[in-house]
Amino acid sequence: MSSHIFTHLDALESESIHIMREVAAECKNPALLFSGGKDSIVMLRLAEKAFRPAKFPFPLVHIDTEHNFPEVIACRDKLAADLGERLIVRSLEDSIKRGTIVIKDESKPRNPFQSVTLLETIAEFGFDACMGGARRDEEKARAKERIFSFRDEFGQWDPKNQRPELWDTYNTRVHAGENIRVFPISNWTEMDIWEYIGREKLHIPNIYFAHEREVIRRGGNVIPVSHLVQPKPSEKVEVATVRFRTVGDMTCTAPVESTARTVEEIIEETATTRITERGATRMDDQTSEASMELRKKEGYF
Amino acid sequence: MSNTTQLLRFITAGSVDDGKSTLIGRLLHDSKSIFEDQFSAISKTSEKRGMAAVDLSLLTDGLQAEREQGITIDVAYRYFATPKRKFIIGDTPGHEQYTRNMVTAASTANLVIILIDARRGVLVQTRRHTYLASLVGVPHIVLAVNKMDMVDYSQARFDEIVTEYKKFAAQLELHDVTCIPMSALNGDMVVDRGDKLDWYQGPALLELLEEVEIDHDVNTSDFRFPVQWVCRPQTEEHHDFRGFMGRIEAGEVSVGDEVTVLPSGSTTKVKEIVTYDGKLQTAFAPQSVTITLADEIDISRGDMFVKSSNHPPKVEKEFEAMLCWLSETPLDKNRKYLVKHTTRTAKCLFSRLFYRVDVNTLEPHEVDKLNMNDIARVAIKVQQPLVFDSYEIDRATGSFIVIDEATNNTVAAGMIA
Ligand SMILES: Nc1nc2c(ncn2[C@@H]2O[C@H](COP(=O)(O)OP(=O)(O)O)[C@@H](O)[C@H]2O)c(=O)[nH]1
Repeated sequence: MSSHIFTHLDALESESIHIMREVAAECKNPALLFSGGKDSIVMLRLAEKAFRPAKFPFPLVHIDTEHNFPEVIACRDKLAADLGERLIVRSLEDSIKRGTIVIKDESKPRNPFQSVTLLETIAEFGFDACMGGARRDEEKARAKERIFSFRDEFGQWDPKNQRPELWDTYNTRVHAGENIRVFPISNWTEMDIWEYIGREKLHIPNIYFAHEREVIRRGGNVIPVSHLVQPKPSEKVEVATVRFRTVGDMTCTAPVESTARTVEEIIEETATTRITERGATRMDDQTSEASMELRKKEGYF
Repeated sequence: MSNTTQLLRFITAGSVDDGKSTLIGRLLHDSKSIFEDQFSAISKTSEKRGMAAVDLSLLTDGLQAEREQGITIDVAYRYFATPKRKFIIGDTPGHEQYTRNMVTAASTANLVIILIDARRGVLVQTRRHTYLASLVGVPHIVLAVNKMDMVDYSQARFDEIVTEYKKFAAQLELHDVTCIPMSALNGDMVVDRGDKLDWYQGPALLELLEEVEIDHDVNTSDFRFPVQWVCRPQTEEHHDFRGFMGRIEAGEVSVGDEVTVLPSGSTTKVKEIVTYDGKLQTAFAPQSVTITLADEIDISRGDMFVKSSNHPPKVEKEFEAMLCWLSETPLDKNRKYLVKHTTRTAKCLFSRLFYRVDVNTLEPHEVDKLNMNDIARVAIKVQQPLVFDSYEIDRATGSFIVIDEATNNTVAAGMIA
């Protein structure tokens, strides 16, 4: 045993594979939520490690806000096609047409509405388990969430009524109409993700690497200019060298100024960065310290 | 971080106000694991509450409801890393649901830090935490004698506490106990040694966390492989492929080894050990792998492979265990429950309750009902045989959870005697 070196990445990887196989074995109709972002790309590699040489025993599902960066959507489609796996895309537009989502302002983030379309998609396909790439180090509310996180019929999470999770023996049982969210990479940190991307040579959208981009500065944040975010008359557009640490809704995902053009350079930068991933880049989470927790209770991932 | 960095999971246990939150905050702060935005958030809060210095304990504050009530309610996980190791902290608050929370967090821990206030010494709670750590088989224990600044950093006081604690710990057959004097508030002997405790020769807390030997925390001698999932691609390329997927819970296995499939007892040889990254000659715990066998045997999820040359596990429908009841609804002896053990789930009945352990005095008491936080010795009957070892020998194959089919809740944790 002592002759083998089992690193922290090996340990995390094995844990995640074990979790995915439990889901496949015990849940009737699982899905893997896949956005084309770095965490979900890591999830795909873990699923390959868990199930090859067979196909995945679940489809990939993306809830598209239509506020996504085109580079990320391209990466999503290419990866799913290269792997030969089934990709289901459901869009917030579908819910808007159905009238279950009412948008007042096109330029506002759509993250708060994602849960509506997600729950509709869960109902459409009858999924009883959705695996997602959330990590506990992202946010305080997540730090308390179980790996197998139980949701009631309304998709709600009750932080006070979570099932105790012991050893690696997971309770996957649900009644009809209920479902669970499963977070196989709960114990990974941002650093682990980058190290794994480097080790596995994973292909990720190029906007994670430093590039030149038109931005405006608004309320202390750097905001990318896009068809959704246009400068106000008083604002000046500048070209900055930036990269994204997360790639969510275009209207609220701020890039960080960086010159890191390779995974190694990002790892180095991450090691010395003094601001959390969400703190740096997710404007919607900054609004209130408790905003993520409120959204989770409403069924957001 | 290098490519030999290991993962260590630890938890903290202590009574309210012993300084648990301050200690975790100190560890994160002094190891430079706190981000600026987190720090500025807690600085603001400290200011709002009229505190003179930044209260590091606020870092481990969790959910909104708790923030409002000013208490923590559950187990939270935090992460930090040094160049030597990556750490996962299971943070369990001290209050009435404590037994349940500590057992939960301890179940995956390599190490527990038990906090003591140097002024108050070894308390009933200290004994309880130590007992729970030993019950759940946490391999390494650190007694953190905190608030040494309040007793003038006195070596005599520290020695007195250590002597008393070791006497108690000896009854529980704990193998690895380290006692460290410290001041979480001032940062002495947490990450930095400080200059007030020069009489202490042992490691500072972080040094110990970085150095403690954890390779042997899993059972390395007897191969145990519960089958999780049977892989049959049924594609042209892999037409006859039939692989058994799972995680090696103990020991190691090589191509060519003779294995016994339990509970059926059939034997065969390991043909290949397959992974996404290529075939292996040997695999070991806790790797997740896919095993193919030389013969076609009827095998499904819930079966276990063991090496025929190893010490065999038990295959039984009745056994005794220590049970920790986790649910607010008490155990009902007349009802059937589900037990999930490795990858097998079976109906079960609690056929006898022998005694309940008073976690404060360690004394056994008569029992006919189990309430939340109770720990008891019980006899269990299962509908199908389980393949198990005693918990003491193997945490993975000696543990189980109990599920209430009516609510689907996890209602108990069991450790096989
Ligand atoms: N003098 C002194 N006070 C401490 C020390 N550690 C914690 N405290 C104080 O003890 C109180 C309780 O600490 P806290 O970390 O909230 O305890 P918890 O309830 O165990 O999480 C706070 O007022 C801390 O400032 C220490 O080493 N020395």
